[in-house]
Amino acid sequence: MTGNNAEVLHAILTRSSSPWMEGSGELSSVVISSRVRLARNLEDIPFPHLLSENDASTVMKRVFEASGRVGEKGFGGPVIQVDLSEISPLDCQVLVEKHLISPQHAQGRPGKGLVLRLDESASIMVNEEDHLRIQVLRSGLELAEAWVLASGIDDLFEQNLDYAYDERIGYLTSCPTNVGTGLRASVMVHLPALAVANETSRVLTAVNKVGLVVRGLYGEGTEGQGNVFQISNQITLGQTEKEIIENLSLVVRQVVTEEVKVREMLFKNHRIEVEDRVFRSLGILSNARKITSDEAIKLWSDLRLGVELSMVPGLETKDVNEILVLSRPTFVQKFFGTALTAQERDIRRADLIRKHLASRGV
Amino acid sequence: MVCEECGKAQATVHIERIINGRKMTMHLCRECAERSGLMTLGVLFQPSFSINSLMSAFLGSQMEALPSTGPGMEGPRCPVCGMSYRDFARAGQLGCARCYEVFEDRLEPLLRRIHGSDNHVGKAPAGTGERARMRRELEDLRKQLSRAVADEAYEEAAKIRDQIKQIEAKLGGIRRDR
Repeated sequence: MTGNNAEVLHAILTRSSSPWMEGSGELSSVVISSRVRLARNLEDIPFPHLLSENDASTVMKRVFEASGRVGEKGFGGPVIQVDLSEISPLDCQVLVEKHLISPQHAQGRPGKGLVLRLDESASIMVNEEDHLRIQVLRSGLELAEAWVLASGIDDLFEQNLDYAYDERIGYLTSCPTNVGTGLRASVMVHLPALAVANETSRVLTAVNKVGLVVRGLYGEGTEGQGNVFQISNQITLGQTEKEIIENLSLVVRQVVTEEVKVREMLFKNHRIEVEDRVFRSLGILSNARKITSDEAIKLWSDLRLGVELSMVPGLETKDVNEILVLSRPTFVQKFFGTALTAQERDIRRADLIRKHLASRGV
Repeated sequence: MVCEECGKAQATVHIERIINGRKMTMHLCRECAERSGLMTLGVLFQPSFSINSLMSAFLGSQMEALPSTGPGMEGPRCPVCGMSYRDFARAGQLGCARCYEVFEDRLEPLLRRIHGSDNHVGKAPAGTGERARMRRELEDLRKQLSRAVADEAYEEAAKIRDQIKQIEAKLGGIRRDR
């Protein structure tokens, strides 16, 4: 990796704000972000899990060359190309925390790459489960917009690469669960009020029943963390991309309606209890000298609810969303540039969050 | 009926689900049903009935039907990547695009099971689709050509040869980085 590229990547890894978390876009009081991901493979080349190191590097080279031709114009902004074997495991982990690569992709096997738009809103994982995983992230509920950009990037790559495609069953993917459109659309929602009202289970079970899948903030096993959930489609074959996206958007809108209904009820009938909880959490976040990642995320959820109910003057959605990144285990280490013990991390994390809030006058 | 997951115990839990208007049924033993998380009520929310678990259950039952391992018992292998269907059933991932053709017969019911469909209706790649179409046409024309030559229909053969040349030129133009 060239010196210039390394510097650019370092800047991305050490900043806590990402445009796709800025709290803009539709229904952003509940919907944190929208993501569209397309799985694509090259013709006549085995899928990544069967590739030798050499062949994987060849695929990466071809995708990088194609991405050069797609260029700034195609991606909608400047990009960098990263060979993941050339960066540290810590850096890979921060990319996971920022939702830019999957945990699976971070497991430093050779031949894995990343093309990343500098503002983090578009990226391509090279040789993850499929040769290409084109991903677009947007703030708020903006699946349709995300799809337009992802599909545009896809078209340009396809002009330069021969895709594995079958007229009857569509884009061919390593796992048959992605075949067809290769499209996984996913929406990250924050549902603190439903949690207070003990309604999360009911609402999410209903989401599940219509064939959508619900995961936690960082996939399976993190359910409920910070009351953040990711809702995504499972079926990729037999529906058009538009149908998949519209169906998901429709269900997310219903979830948002339920959450907002409870928020309004809480605001009207239990204002003092909610305020008490919000300000206690704010009190800890803005004063603690030591805080674990788990505790920070829990408090973050209360604070975000307070901000969305306009209870906390001076703080905007964007400011609270940043705390989510600041709270992550690895980000703190990267930010300070040294390996830290768990205890040191908790101290530095508390410090970062405190200063972040102080800079907003809170 | 035996459990689709472990293939051993009696299936006592039957789960029905409608995806895309198609009813899908899973038959599991109590232990596998509990392990799959489909029965854990009272937790935060009923965990996802994921198509991944559906796929592994289906692959499990297909594996049962396959002959046991041994030389020559693996069935056909993909000529490009060397995978057998058994390899796929174990890994849950196919080896390459060609595998879809080689194992078509067994994959089709699997796709219908997990997606409720085996027919792509979404976006098609402009270039790749066009190239694939031209390659098929080329194959057809080459067959026609050898037939024409065999029949000593040389005028016809010359015409076909011109068409082949045209398509080859077009294909060369579209394909950039090969």
